Amino acid sequence: MKAPVSWIKEYVDLPAEVTTEALTDRLTALGLKLEAIEAAGAGITGPLVIGRVLTQEKEPQKNGKVINWCTVDVGDANGTGEPQGIICGAHNFGPGDKVVVILPGGVLPGNFQISARKTYGHVSAGMICSAAELGLPDDGTHGIIVVPEDGPEPGTDARAFLGFGEEVIEFEINPDRAYALSLRGIAREAALGFEGTTYRDPALRETPAANGEGYPVVVDDATGCPLFVARTVSGFDASAPTPEFMTKRLEQAGMRSISLAVDITNYVMLETGRPIHGYDRDKLQGTIRVRRATEGEQMVTLDGAKRTLSAEDLVVTDDSGIIGLGGVMGGETTEMSETTTNVLIEAAHWEPVSMFRTGKRHKISSEAGKRNERGVDPTICEAAADRVVELLVQHGGATADGGVTVVGTAPASPTITIDATLPARLSGIDVPAADTVAHLRAIGADVVEGSEGTIAVTAPAWRPDLNDPYDLVEEVVRIVGYDQVPSVLPRRATGRGLTRGQQLRRRVGRTLAGSGLVEVVSFPFVGDDAWEKLGLAEDDPRRVTVKLANPLSAEAPAYTTTVLHGLLEAAGRNLGRGATGVALFETQIVAKPSESGAAPIYGVDRRPTEDEMAALFAAVPTQWTELGVVLAGEYERGGWWGAGRTAGWEEALATVRRLADELGVEITVQSAAVMPWHPGRCAQVSAGDVTLGFAGELHPNVCKAYGLPARSAAVALDLDTLISLAPDRTPGPVFSTMPQAKEDVALLVDADVTVAAVEAALREGAGELLESVRLFDVYTSEQLGADKKSLAFALRFRAADRTLTAEETAAARDAAVARATELTGANQRT
Amino acid sequence: MSGPNSDYDPVEVTPLKAEEVEAARDAALAAIAAAADLEQLKTVRLDHVGDRSPLALANREIGALPPAARKEAGARVGQARGAVNKALGERQAVLETEHEARILVEEAVDVTLPVDRRPAGGRHPLTTGAELIADIFVAMGWEVAEGPVIEAEWLNFDALNLGPDHPARTMQDTFWTDPAENHLVLRTHTSPVQARTMLSRGVSEDAPIYVVCPGRVFRTDEYDATHSPMFHQVEGLAIDKGITMAHLKGTLDHFAGQMFGEGINTRFRPSYFPFTEPSAEVDLVCFVCRGTGLNDAGTDPCRTCRGEGWIEWGGCGMVNPRVLRACGIDADTYSGFAFGMGIERTLMFRHGLEDLRTLFEGDVRFTTAFGSEL
Repeated sequence: MKAPVSWIKEYVDLPAEVTTEALTDRLTALGLKLEAIEAAGAGITGPLVIGRVLTQEKEPQKNGKVINWCTVDVGDANGTGEPQGIICGAHNFGPGDKVVVILPGGVLPGNFQISARKTYGHVSAGMICSAAELGLPDDGTHGIIVVPEDGPEPGTDARAFLGFGEEVIEFEINPDRAYALSLRGIAREAALGFEGTTYRDPALRETPAANGEGYPVVVDDATGCPLFVARTVSGFDASAPTPEFMTKRLEQAGMRSISLAVDITNYVMLETGRPIHGYDRDKLQGTIRVRRATEGEQMVTLDGAKRTLSAEDLVVTDDSGIIGLGGVMGGETTEMSETTTNVLIEAAHWEPVSMFRTGKRHKISSEAGKRNERGVDPTICEAAADRVVELLVQHGGATADGGVTVVGTAPASPTITIDATLPARLSGIDVPAADTVAHLRAIGADVVEGSEGTIAVTAPAWRPDLNDPYDLVEEVVRIVGYDQVPSVLPRRATGRGLTRGQQLRRRVGRTLAGSGLVEVVSFPFVGDDAWEKLGLAEDDPRRVTVKLANPLSAEAPAYTTTVLHGLLEAAGRNLGRGATGVALFETQIVAKPSESGAAPIYGVDRRPTEDEMAALFAAVPTQWTELGVVLAGEYERGGWWGAGRTAGWEEALATVRRLADELGVEITVQSAAVMPWHPGRCAQVSAGDVTLGFAGELHPNVCKAYGLPARSAAVALDLDTLISLAPDRTPGPVFSTMPQAKEDVALLVDADVTVAAVEAALREGAGELLESVRLFDVYTSEQLGADKKSLAFALRFRAADRTLTAEETAAARDAAVARATELTGANQRT
Repeated sequence: MSGPNSDYDPVEVTPLKAEEVEAARDAALAAIAAAADLEQLKTVRLDHVGDRSPLALANREIGALPPAARKEAGARVGQARGAVNKALGERQAVLETEHEARILVEEAVDVTLPVDRRPAGGRHPLTTGAELIADIFVAMGWEVAEGPVIEAEWLNFDALNLGPDHPARTMQDTFWTDPAENHLVLRTHTSPVQARTMLSRGVSEDAPIYVVCPGRVFRTDEYDATHSPMFHQVEGLAIDKGITMAHLKGTLDHFAGQMFGEGINTRFRPSYFPFTEPSAEVDLVCFVCRGTGLNDAGTDPCRTCRGEGWIEWGGCGMVNPRVLRACGIDADTYSGFAFGMGIERTLMFRHGLEDLRTLFEGDVRFTTAFGSEL
């Protein structure tokens, strides 16, 4: 909302020493936030005057352009009183017109120095100005400003006419303060901000009483339209110009001048906050009737759009059908035009929720709608209509008709009873009850002091936002001043610190960062493109996503089911920017659709029951945190110590094991073939019979799709599950200090026998003397044959209570090998 | 003097004269002193105290002397041998020390050689920033609450006094899941976590609610230098008996001081949020110019706050009793406050970030730059 300072001051006598900055500071403190202060004419110095074009000779140029050689009467402003010769390229003016002239010595915005100079064979001494050249909003002509005939005389300084020096304040008005979408409301706040100032309510006026002579109006839906006021004028001169002060103020407020009648309704809306609609009365047929539309009914609004209506829309009709979308936008058939001579003025109060729904349904955002849906003072319909009549008479030569139609009554404001100490109790500021009463009266509320310290507060009609006790608290506190709120720490918080899960999630991040991985954060939006790049089959369950109804991009219309897409893209981006290798991790919240159908919508007047809450929570898609790791390109750098190393499947698995060790979770791995991994180099990671995820080398096609080097590796794990498996308490370890006995064995097995199988068999066979078993070599050779491999294990034995004898150790070793032979066909090599 | 006796025959040995013993001792001492390294000292040891050395031989001859002469000769040879052995021991120690020192010198390396075999990792500033914030509150006895990002419409809006026809609902550009009739949204704020906390936990005299909710939120904003469809918020909720705006102010002043430095306070301006009443915008004293609005030289407006002296930080207020009612909390007995800030925004001015997008590109140079500062 833009408000010229002079207009605000028309309704409030601010002390002379109050600067615009002081005013905006005070209003910001009261809740009308300063957005910007605009001062027209900034950057213009020197002689800027009104001139009258005396002669205008059109002189065609060689380049095809036509320039105007003008003589302009600038009074005595040029020191001589002689006409000023000026060249001008624009053509939207002629001899006799009054214009704005900047004379030599002047400066225009952008430090554009004006001097007398020779051009097109003349000496051009100054410039005839357009709005753009003066840094003013364009009036739509894109040309020279033509000053109305009743404007200032030639030679007069043009600044006052142009509104220079006039500051315009732009406020950010919160949705609850719709009353401040008017000068009436802003001035009222200004008066509130400076004690002892007088406020004149522009909507406070004597209005003629309703009578039977007014235009016939019937309201069928008094809920949707509690009050409908109609006034008429006759003999209006549609060609009469809008007075200069009005054009200027409309422009300052950010509205364009359209025609006198429309300008007047907009002006009164800005002045009072009450949207008003004008009809060409001669186009009206019969009684005006307000009702809800029939589903599917159609009309053309004055923006030319054909609209199909809903049964919830409020419409204004006459015998011809629908003539307006009540409170939101008028209809085309009864629109005022340049031939309108008789006008019907509608000032009606509309139910805000209907306004909001209709505006949303038809995607109409209008100044009237904005006010009507937020709530307008219902008691000023008659005053606003009367003010429009006054201005139509004053500036359009119209005659006010005697008829006054008033249908319905303005809804009353609710009365809210509060304890007078509530503002003090809630704000922590010492506000005496008497002050609370005084402040509420200052905002215009009617306050009746009741028994036991209660007060009954009836909000002023312009404050439909005041409905609850806490609403009144805000009013009191903003007047006392938010800066008066003391700063006191609450002392009763007795939390139990981070949960185990929260601590472990931090631990996971630190472990990964500590092993050289860099965390990234990606968007969770995906589309089919992601699944193609990841090589997921058409029936892959990861393609079953939560879809977005309104995605930002049609290419990524779904919420992701995997961390990998965003992560691999980030890896590719780093490599594309010149990195020789990246090791990244990310924790992404992933989701799969819920099968419980739609989430319920409950009322808000009570807590939902346990069953209702269960239904609510069940409808929310399943979401969990997936941890992703990608290792691409150089993993260890080469250098003076030797060659570098590229990460592969084994580093991916090492990362998984490091993490499992950190969390104390025992994991097992087995071969798996799952996209996007290499089918022969992918491990399924499990804990017991719970699958945690997969790790290994990425499929070559996936590497290509994401621009990653061959043999890049990745991990994707269900982090929530992994963390949930971390033991709460680890029993203290018990270990022997007796000497260790060492036995190494080399076992020949078939090439497809896994190390894990052989190791498990050795453990099982070795019995309880075995302390550890570790593979230390894998050997293959032509001699062994392509289908065989030799695995060398270091077995370590130790007893709790004695030094093992050679015989005991050998027996345990033999038992281990025997079990391995039995289960995996291993043969001990000697 | 008899030199080393190659064909030693004890029977033929004759006792050494005193001068000869002294000469042998002096020769040995001289050789010890001259030994330049452990290798030479080893030779000296063999020559002068070895089995065939003159002093060893002399010692052996003592037993063959007449008893009267034994004592004197014994003392003489013994003293000589003692002096030599002592000198040997000392020299050995000196030479060993020299040797060790030389090895250390020889083993010197160029410590400026690069040792960056594995590049450093790092956690994302959005993660560590959220943890820093959480820790500030945990230290005050608050807990950290979390919730899903795809959320029921009722929890994201209705329960928070944002009914279907609330004008404020259009202020938030919401991602709806398809079909919209399923009433599920990508949460537009972390406030539904507050609703979930109140609904699932309730509040009692003994168990007030003090929770902070950091998390990821979504709005349909086009992606540019200052807007992102995904960003992070931290919200706080306190519900207890006797909670006032003063507690809200105290908490936020403390938060600001911890996050930006002692003395960085907040100011409230009246504002509007459906879930709070009274509501306020929170401004922070500019931690760069400390409220002066000027740069260091005092000549130009401060770049961080653009001369305002204050930085817009977030929103807050007293929890609207309508919200308390929908979440099952007795608004006559309990009151509460809530606040919310953007984590990206907080990081952007804390670290002077120019472009929001750097947080989401995943460039390792961005993340690793923060080290452990956050």
